[in-house]
Amino acid sequence: MDYIKKQLPDSLTKTGGIMLVMGILILIMAFIFTPQRAFFDYLWIYLFMVSIAVGSLALVALEYLVGATWSTPFRRISEIFASMIPVLVILAIPLFFGIHDLFHWSHAEVVEHDAVLTAKSPYLNVEFFTARTFFCLLIWIMFFFLITRNSQKQDEDGDVKYTKRNITLSTIFAPLFIVTITIAAIDWAMSLEPHWFSTIFGVYYFAGTVIAALAATTFASVKLKEGGYLDSALGNDSFYSLGTLMFAFNIFWAYIAFSQFILIWYADLPEETFWLIHRWDGSWKFVSLSLLFFHFIIPFLILVGRNAKTNLQLLKVMAPWMLAAHALDLYWLIFPTLFVGNASFGWQELSFPLVVIGLSMVVFKMSANKKNLMAVKDPKMQAGLDFHL
Amino acid sequence: MIGKILKKFDDRFLKSEPRTGDLFAVAALFDTPDQIIHAAEKVSSSGYKKFDVLTPYPVHGMDDAMALKQSKIGWVALLAGMSGTSLAFLMIWWMVGVNYPNIFGGKPFFNLPASIPIMFELTVLISALTLVGSLIAIFMKLPNNANPIMDTEFVKRVTSDKFGIYIEAADAKFKLEEVRAMFEELGSFSVSNIHEAVYDLGDTKNPLLSNKFVGAIVVTSLVTVGITYFVLNVLLFLPPFDWMHYQPRVDPQTESKFFKDGFGMRRPVEGTVARGFMPYEFKGMPDSMVVATPNPLPVTQKVLDLGKKRFDTYCSPCHGYYGKGDSRLRGQFPVPPSLHSVKVTNWKDANIYHVITNGQNTMPSYASSISRDDRWAIIHYLRVLQRSQNALDSDLVGK
Repeated sequence: MDYIKKQLPDSLTKTGGIMLVMGILILIMAFIFTPQRAFFDYLWIYLFMVSIAVGSLALVALEYLVGATWSTPFRRISEIFASMIPVLVILAIPLFFGIHDLFHWSHAEVVEHDAVLTAKSPYLNVEFFTARTFFCLLIWIMFFFLITRNSQKQDEDGDVKYTKRNITLSTIFAPLFIVTITIAAIDWAMSLEPHWFSTIFGVYYFAGTVIAALAATTFASVKLKEGGYLDSALGNDSFYSLGTLMFAFNIFWAYIAFSQFILIWYADLPEETFWLIHRWDGSWKFVSLSLLFFHFIIPFLILVGRNAKTNLQLLKVMAPWMLAAHALDLYWLIFPTLFVGNASFGWQELSFPLVVIGLSMVVFKMSANKKNLMAVKDPKMQAGLDFHL
Repeated sequence: MIGKILKKFDDRFLKSEPRTGDLFAVAALFDTPDQIIHAAEKVSSSGYKKFDVLTPYPVHGMDDAMALKQSKIGWVALLAGMSGTSLAFLMIWWMVGVNYPNIFGGKPFFNLPASIPIMFELTVLISALTLVGSLIAIFMKLPNNANPIMDTEFVKRVTSDKFGIYIEAADAKFKLEEVRAMFEELGSFSVSNIHEAVYDLGDTKNPLLSNKFVGAIVVTSLVTVGITYFVLNVLLFLPPFDWMHYQPRVDPQTESKFFKDGFGMRRPVEGTVARGFMPYEFKGMPDSMVVATPNPLPVTQKVLDLGKKRFDTYCSPCHGYYGKGDSRLRGQFPVPPSLHSVKVTNWKDANIYHVITNGQNTMPSYASSISRDDRWAIIHYLRVLQRSQNALDSDLVGK
């Protein structure tokens, strides 16, 4: 192992900072001119950051849980992406100011005259919603600090006890992750249409988060390897596994998405179908179809071959592709509530790419400054570097 | 206990007798994955081509060590999978779209969403079966039904806890002493010569047709058929699997022990009227008693369309589409008189309503099958029929 810590270039903070400031300016302008739309954009950004950050933490926990060795060289990169989680706590505050703009069920006078919403009000009320949000954030931030702290400490002395502690922590975190990500999906995305319900919705969002986290880790790893920031022994076979996992979760996403669709389509109940009909109205039809091709069919055909997954140049294209597909997926979930009848993409929505990319770059750089980019003294590291198919 | 039974089974069926055939291969066993990787590297770099490595679990890095070219099995899987997809698509399309169209849940006869699960399943099934088939074909070299290394001590060890490699005698570079020496040098704890098994095949030359093999297949199929028959036709009708069959329930037209009067079907509660069926006040009375109430429905296109639909369904089988008594029943039922007679033309609407509701001569009552409004709609339509079938020349003028 010949890893030597190199600082990431400062241009990362500069470019990212400029993009972030521009994105925030657009958001503020949007808030002045179209406040409701601004909150929907903000929710879109927020959910995407949750996908990457919490999904990355889940990947870290998954590695400890199953004792994988191939992913050990990439684990620190996932941990750095997960360090977005403390930022998420601060970012959650504006969401509460937008609660009446975003969520139909938060208006007491509407609920009063709506039998369905009245029946759902024990769950869908502002107080319980706030409590659940804080519960989710608390779980995430707690396990983020506990798991990454152990991983950091191991960099100093390489003691196996940290790995063992993290295995215990991951075992506790795994079911909590499933619960919290389901709550997040139901509260922040599904309750935008409070009359609609789908029991598979949490799994659907979960599949998306894992794809986003894997794509982020893949993209960052390929870039860092090209820049010589990682160990030179890290071979293509490890990237092959990363690509395979991304490919597999993409199929899982399609499976879940289709399962949700076919049950609604088959039962043909008006209380369920309207959600899909909103996504088939006017130009939304093209968004739905492009989601099918852009998120599943084209990546499936590109990534199905074995060579595709060891081709780093291709992975460097497909990882941002999958991130964009996940953004489209979230757009498709969130915005039909606001743009009834026709999809719309205005200057307000430009804040999404600017804030997401800018914030990721700034947080990645700041978090990576204090850390090694590889878990240098992890007992599984050598096995991970030696990994061959 | 179980160990003893397995041992007996082993002795009876799996005991490898000393083989007398030609030398097939030289096999070596190793203790660790590192040794086997090293051995594979050495064998492949020494220029041997016909060799194989057997391990109890997939050992990472083996492809490189054996200098294997990229496997083409992926293409086999892709082709088989794609033919599974299209086969399922064609099958569903032909079954529900062409051969036996049926409406399920108001969906189109053939629709893509409902076919996708089957397309998916058949993709997986056909590609999996094809892969197993190609494995048998490649590893056992059809028409052989077993690889010569089967049923040897060597294979018993590599399927439990050891790592094995063998070089076939058919390899161009194969020299018995050299190979044995190389394996021993690599640190193998057991090097063995594996000979071809000589089977007594009788007259047949092809092992696939040997009595033992054919007999095994026949016995397997018979056992499968027997178990299937037992499960489907016997087991399901034995308690406790038949409990659902005997749950308390009301069968129509049968005696009920639950109700006092012994009838399974219930009468309507006294003084109630079934939805949509108002009682008819002139029930069973002769025509002359009927008070002529006017037709309550307006003459609109909608009402006439409804009347035509009901007339064609309920009346036309006997009265004919034009009401001329041109029955479609081909004499299996007495043909009624024409509805264009002077009598019927001059009847008040209420009289026709009375006949439909009450029945007349051989015509039964339609009170229970046609709703009240539908009967009035039929009468409006009948008036249209009467007018159109007796059109005058002067009707052609105008417009």
